[in-house]
Order: sequence, then structure tokens, then C-alpha cells
Amino acid sequence: MTATTTAGPLSSPTHAEHVARLEPVLTARHVSIEYEVDPPVRAVDDVSLTLHRGEILGLAGESGCGKTTLAYGLNRLLKPPAILRSGEVTFHDANGHDIDVVSLTGDALRAFRWDKVSMVFQGAMNSLNPVISVRKQLGDVLTTHRPQMGKKERDARAAELLELVGVDPGRLDSFAHELSGGMRQRVMIAMAMALNPQVMIMDEPTTALDVVVQRGILREIMRLRERFNFAVVFITHDLPLLLEISDRIAVMRAGRIVELDTSESIYARAQHPYTRQLLDSFPSLTGDRGSFVRTGVTSDAANGEAS
Amino acid sequence: MSSLEVRNLVKEFKVRNGLRSGTLRAVNDVSFTLEPGKTIALVGESGSGKSTVAKMISQLETPTTGEILLDGHPIGRRGRALSSYRHQVQMVFQDPFASLNPYHTVAHHLERPLRLHGVAQGDALEPAVHDLLERVNLTPPETYAVKRPHEMSGGQRQRVAIARALAPGARFLVADEPVSMLDVSIRLGVLNLLARLQREENLGVLYITHDLATARHFSDEIIVMFRGDIVERGPSDDVILNPQHDYTKTLLAAAPEPSRHGRLREEVRAELAAS
Repeated sequence: MTATTTAGPLSSPTHAEHVARLEPVLTARHVSIEYEVDPPVRAVDDVSLTLHRGEILGLAGESGCGKTTLAYGLNRLLKPPAILRSGEVTFHDANGHDIDVVSLTGDALRAFRWDKVSMVFQGAMNSLNPVISVRKQLGDVLTTHRPQMGKKERDARAAELLELVGVDPGRLDSFAHELSGGMRQRVMIAMAMALNPQVMIMDEPTTALDVVVQRGILREIMRLRERFNFAVVFITHDLPLLLEISDRIAVMRAGRIVELDTSESIYARAQHPYTRQLLDSFPSLTGDRGSFVRTGVTSDAANGEAS
Repeated sequence: MSSLEVRNLVKEFKVRNGLRSGTLRAVNDVSFTLEPGKTIALVGESGSGKSTVAKMISQLETPTTGEILLDGHPIGRRGRALSSYRHQVQMVFQDPFASLNPYHTVAHHLERPLRLHGVAQGDALEPAVHDLLERVNLTPPETYAVKRPHEMSGGQRQRVAIARALAPGARFLVADEPVSMLDVSIRLGVLNLLARLQREENLGVLYITHDLATARHFSDEIIVMFRGDIVERGPSDDVILNPQHDYTKTLLAAAPEPSRHGRLREEVRAELAAS
């Protein structure tokens, strides 16, 4: 990294106005995460980011840009050789207390995870345990975090959760292989919602699904967000999708957030060349063909892999 | 006349559910003609039968009824006739991480089809490999020929897979979701490569995808499949800009479109307010 890149992400004045009206729920300040290999890889480099209550924040970037590593850092899920080198992560609980996420250990950390911040993992289609039923997997979250709940209550909650995400509660006794990809994904979202978290981190939750199913799930996420007002960090490389669903978008490249702005501003007046390059990589469905498409004259965007 | 034609293709699979068994018609009466220098996009959601069509064309599955004709003749299914068919019709798969052998170099992947299909032998192999790599923009070829799959990015691997398909002298390519596993900024590069080959080398391409935007921009004709049936077909711009069938409209509505940003949120809010 050169010294010139130490400036923060590009943002528009509209963004500042937009953010001023919101209440923060998770703040990351100067977070740097390294993979301790030889030589060390700085996957996340001095990232500062504020997530606000009830907002959908899109985190866009290509494979290897550090977006998943950052998400793991926010949720304290980093495993060696990844290590949080510096920075602070603060969770602003709805009850007014601030939690210093970085210093949590043992029981306090266990109580924080999933209860305050939950996660829908990448490849969630394959994250369900194949040998236990949906009922057991949803119940597992509740027995761990809500030990006072009785079996009846747990079952009722599990059924309620499935209903919330649009899966027939009759599927409680099904196993993962008996569900379609879209249903599995919905069950994963139900699991992430089990404890009414204030923040949900979703890592490529719809990438492996086809467009029609994907649309249904996005709709479900938006609907649940309106109802329960949790904040979402939505990680994907699909910028058109983010433009449709997010309130704000952070564009990440090589471990840094290069641009952070409202969806409207990113769409209408992206400032960073990389953001524009990403936007250009998607041919528009109904608009004109960009010059890069089918002309044989590959733009830098299309040629990027060679470098 | 040179063409690859499928006529009234039907594929049924036996399915068993407990004690009951039945047949599932994955592809129902599909016909189209692929010509050199043209690209046809086959679109539809998972389970629509598009990959089954690809498998039948590449002879990985046998059609239940219907025929496949190459240059007007029914295709050979065995022996010399089959290998002659394979010279001309090749496949590019979705996952470039799985379709290349991690133990072997790029040169090995390209030499094998060159040798097996009698395109080049002995001393002629190396220049032939370099020529293939140049055609897929992996230059300088000397650097790439000695690499193994893990030393390359997904896009580079997919280029190797395309070079491998070109090696036997293919005139038709069946590309089953060739870019859906690649990073966005790399996708266009690979698609532009296919478009260039189609244009400059007069290649016929069957582009199978669920991405309507690239289907529109990279193909001459779009065929929309739904549960085994062709529900709509026509010139790309007509199908996308003026869809007739309800399913095509559903597909189009489901595709992300940046210019509609914020729309989904408004819709959901309106729905909730109404209920």
C-alpha cells in the first residue's frame, strides 16, 4: 500500500446528510486484519465503517478483496492464521449499552454472538447439518442461548420462524437434502433470526440460486427487515443486486473501502474509477450495449484479470 | 450447408419415489438450428432442462426420442463417427476449478486433445499449443503453457478450458454457464473472447445461462425454456425488450436491474402497508 491511499472512502455530501439522521448500531474503527502467513497478507486495511439501525448496507467487491474477512472480523469469527491487528469494533445495544466486541471473551462472547449479531454464511445451501432435522437445528440455537425455554416453547418458536421465512412449518422434520436450495437458504435465514438479532451479516446469501428464487428470498429479507428493523450487512459481488436492495453501499478493493455512499449516488454518480469499472462490468438488461460488449475492444474492466 | 440441428428432442428420466415410479420429461420437443458464426442463448431457471439439452448435444445423454443432425446427417454415436463428431462439437463447462486436472500443466491439457484428434504430433505440438493459447488471449503463451491450474485465476482457467475445446478444431461450442462462477469483472472478458471467436473463426456457440442481460448482448437468438418446453424464442432484443410469454416476463422481472434501485424496497413497503 502506498501512502496516497490512506484517505478514507469517497462519499458524496448527500451521504453525510443521509447518515446524520440515523442511529448507529455497529461501529468499526480503523480495523486491520492480517493473515499471518509468510509474507503476511493484509486482507483488511484500516477500514472504518458504521452500520445504522435498520439499514441494509451492501458490501461489494470481487473475490479476495477482503469482504468476508471483514465480516468475520465484525462478528469475532476470525480463525488463525487470520488475526485482528488493530482497530475497534463497538456494538451499540438497543438497551443503551455499548459492547466492545474486540475484548469479549468466553461466556460474554458466546452470549454476544448470534444474540446480537448473527450471520448467514456463504454457501449457506450446504451449511445445514445433513444428519439432523430442521427442528433440531433450529432448536439447537434456542437450547444454547435460551436455556430457560421448554421443549414446547422451542418447537413453537421453530415453527413460527419457518412461517416467518415462508417455509411450511410441516417441514420441521425434514432433513436438508429433502429441501430445495431456496428452502435451505430460507431455513438458514430463520436460524439467523431465531434470537431476534439487531444485526444480520449475510455473506453471498443468494449467489448459488437462480434468479426467480433469488428474487423471492430478497423480498423475504426486505419484508422481515421492515417488520423487525434489524440492520443487514449484505455481502456480494453482484452490484446491480445491491443497488436494488441496499440503502448504502461500500465498495471494497484490496482490503480498503474505496467508496461509501447511498445506492442512489453510487448508481447516478459513482466517484471512484473502480466503482465505475464494477458498474460497467454488468451489461444492462434493457439499456444500450456498452461499447465493451461484443465489440472485441476489451475495456480495462474486461481485461482486469490479466494484470 | 454446415449446421448443428436438433429436431424434436425429448428426454425422459425414470424417477422413483418410494414404491411409485414414473417418468419425468426433462426436455419436451425441443428443436433449433445452430449455424456457424451465430450464438444461440438457452435461458431458463434451474430445472428447466437447458443443461439436459447441452448434455444430449455433447452426447453425454442419449435422447429418448428426436434427433441431432450435423450438416444434415444424423450424428454418429459410436466409434469413428463419434470421434469425428467430437472433433467438431465441444463443450465448455461451468466450473473451471473442477474441469482441469490439478496435477497437469496447461500444455498437457491442450496436447492431449491435439494428439487424440490427430491435429498435431511430435514437434508440431508445442507451436500448436502456443497458437491455441494466443487465440484465447493467454499471452505470452510460453508462460502459461507451463502453469498448473492452481497458479491461474478462474478467468484464466476458463480460457484454458475454451482453448481445450478449440483444440480438436471444433466448429460448434456448447458453453454451459461458462461465466457464472467467475468474478464479475472477468466475466465480460471471457464472453468477449467467445464473441470474438464466434466472429473471427466462424464458431457456432450455444450459450446456456440464466443471466438474461449477457444472453441479450452476446447472442443472436434467445430460446427460453420452462419445465422442458420452449416457451418463447426469437431475436435477442425482441425477446428481452418485448417479451410475450408470462414466464419470460417473470424471468425479466427477477433479474437485477440497477436502474430500478430502491424499487424493491418501495414494493415491499407498499405491500406491508396494504396488509
